[in-house]
Amino acid sequence: VPLPVAFKTHKLEGHTLPTEALVGKNEALDYLYDMTVIRRFEMAADNLYKAKLIRGFCHLYIGQEAICVGVDTALDVARDNIISAYRIHGYQYMRERSIVGVLAELTGRQAGCSKGKGGSMHMYKKDRGFYGGHGIVGGQTPLGAGLAFTQKYLKTTGVTMALYGDGAANQGQLFESYNMAKLWNLPIMFACENNQFGMGTSVERASASHSFYTRGDYIPGVMINGMDVLSVREGVKWAAEYSRTNGPLVLEFLTYRYQGHSMSDPGTTYRTREDVAKVRAQRDPINYVKHLLTEHSLATADEIKEVERQAKEIVDAAVQESKDSPLPPISEIATDVYLGDYQIRGQERGISYTIGGK
Amino acid sequence: SELTVRDALNQALDEEMGRDPTVFLMGEEVGQYQGAYKVTRGLFQKYGGERVVDTPITEIGFAGIGVGASWNGLKPVIEFMTWNFALQAIDHIVNSAAKQLYMSAGQIKSPIVFRGPNGSARGVAAQHSQCFAAYYSSIPGLKVVAPYSAEDAKGLLKAAIRDPNPVVFLENELMYGISFPVSEAVTGPDFVLPIGKAKIERAGDDVTIVSFGRGVLHALGAADALAAKGISAEVINLRTLRPLDRETVIASVKKTNRMVTVEEGFPQSGVGAELCATVFESDAFNYLDAPVERVTGVDVPMPYAENLEALATVSAEHVVAAVERAMHRKK
Repeated sequence: VPLPVAFKTHKLEGHTLPTEALVGKNEALDYLYDMTVIRRFEMAADNLYKAKLIRGFCHLYIGQEAICVGVDTALDVARDNIISAYRIHGYQYMRERSIVGVLAELTGRQAGCSKGKGGSMHMYKKDRGFYGGHGIVGGQTPLGAGLAFTQKYLKTTGVTMALYGDGAANQGQLFESYNMAKLWNLPIMFACENNQFGMGTSVERASASHSFYTRGDYIPGVMINGMDVLSVREGVKWAAEYSRTNGPLVLEFLTYRYQGHSMSDPGTTYRTREDVAKVRAQRDPINYVKHLLTEHSLATADEIKEVERQAKEIVDAAVQESKDSPLPPISEIATDVYLGDYQIRGQERGISYTIGGK
Repeated sequence: SELTVRDALNQALDEEMGRDPTVFLMGEEVGQYQGAYKVTRGLFQKYGGERVVDTPITEIGFAGIGVGASWNGLKPVIEFMTWNFALQAIDHIVNSAAKQLYMSAGQIKSPIVFRGPNGSARGVAAQHSQCFAAYYSSIPGLKVVAPYSAEDAKGLLKAAIRDPNPVVFLENELMYGISFPVSEAVTGPDFVLPIGKAKIERAGDDVTIVSFGRGVLHALGAADALAAKGISAEVINLRTLRPLDRETVIASVKKTNRMVTVEEGFPQSGVGAELCATVFESDAFNYLDAPVERVTGVDVPMPYAENLEALATVSAEHVVAAVERAMHRKK
């Protein structure tokens, strides 16, 4: 399949990037399934939030599904790390393969991937290289450089992808991270998911330069069509191999967020409903996979419907399970504050929790 | 034999790097320059640039890199040239390191040490001379250690590096060059002190003086002066501020019936306030024969002029005066 939009590059003269992708029927159906599952559970989260079963913040990934599916497929789960900000439900699902893990975390239940102690922004799957899940905008970029520092120090041959949004792209610590990553040639891909808005502020209003893939200056960059799972997969595969041997890269995934920034944001005060509808109609990443499947006669309409039916069924079951899972036991309040013995003070004199060694 | 605090810290770093290849140092001027205060002297030559990593001037960046590196297999020791500069990096100490274990329900551990000089220096004015003990000791998830002597510095830094939790290690610039007599055990490679245990530096019967870090110097100086006046002071060196060794403080106050706290930091919400609460919330309260006295830095940004700086700073004389009030010898 030829990639519909060519990669744009920065300081990569002499390198040849892929222009097409090879994709089989089962693979393409898998992408369709995962992207549909993610969209469905994010829509379910929207409903759970409105039913007051999810508290606080909840940043949905609807519209951006091609990126987490493409990234996860391109990286080697045994040695490569992913770290991101707070719009992470899709990444958690791809690395843990558990919808209940995500939804029960959102509902603050015991079955959640962080036992209900992290919530929407703090999900992790360390033994499969997913380091969350960070609520302070831009904070994850030096943390990611630190993960890459260890990979280089321990000679693991792994790479780290540190994702951030176009909003975080102006945080100072990102540039501190670029600098040290290049000085020390860390195996890291800084990857900007440019969904066009940092909360309600468009990239034009926030960034003097919104060619995010060039903003590493002395670090080479690639701009990738984030609405096409195959472009993401091929771009990241290429980038990961580059970073393993040559050091840092800055990637930009051009994408679009259909929903508001978080649940309190209707997402319509700084753009029109027509703007969103236009992207949905013309560039939707799930429709694009369906289009690929039918255009290349890889799947029939019935086969696609069957995948969608399966996705709906499994998400519906997970929604129920995430409602039915019990709240975390009271004892969880004081676990995982420290490793080792520690006496934790409660609200009043006389209330304390002793935590034992682990 | 004698050992300076600087050399004690250097020995601790050297020994821990020698026994564990995952321990590495990172910070400004720690390598080729040999440390802004020479604490890391000789380590770059011995362990090389991969393990003694010079950073640009970029505190939030290298603090974040350190925390990230602690998550997948390394034990970073991050030096801040002074803790004042760590204000730029406090987000990674508090939000990234201290909370990660909890937020991930135990999946991600942060075995990292943040260290550097804290508290008063001389002639450097307000932005370079302040104590952060109260800030960091209020944060669940962190351990906070403040050595006074060479013995403390050696044994506690080794313990901090071996601890699986994030540790804030508060040194003092004015203490680096001071020599302390130490036993052979202290200079040996197996000397480690427990985190969370205070040390009674000097036993006494009439009043308990509780302090940490450089404050212990003033407390001991005061104890000498008080002895000449016939007052027997017990001096507790807290060594660790979180977890705080409340038992040792409570037992001492029950014995002496009086407490004076000494710290270089600001009075409001300080470590002294926490020590007061410790006594008030325990049965030691019933043993008090006088209100607790707190000795702190003056509640102002540190002034530059020599006379004003001296006025803003804690001294042994202040401690003597506070003890005399607690002993009802003075109004």
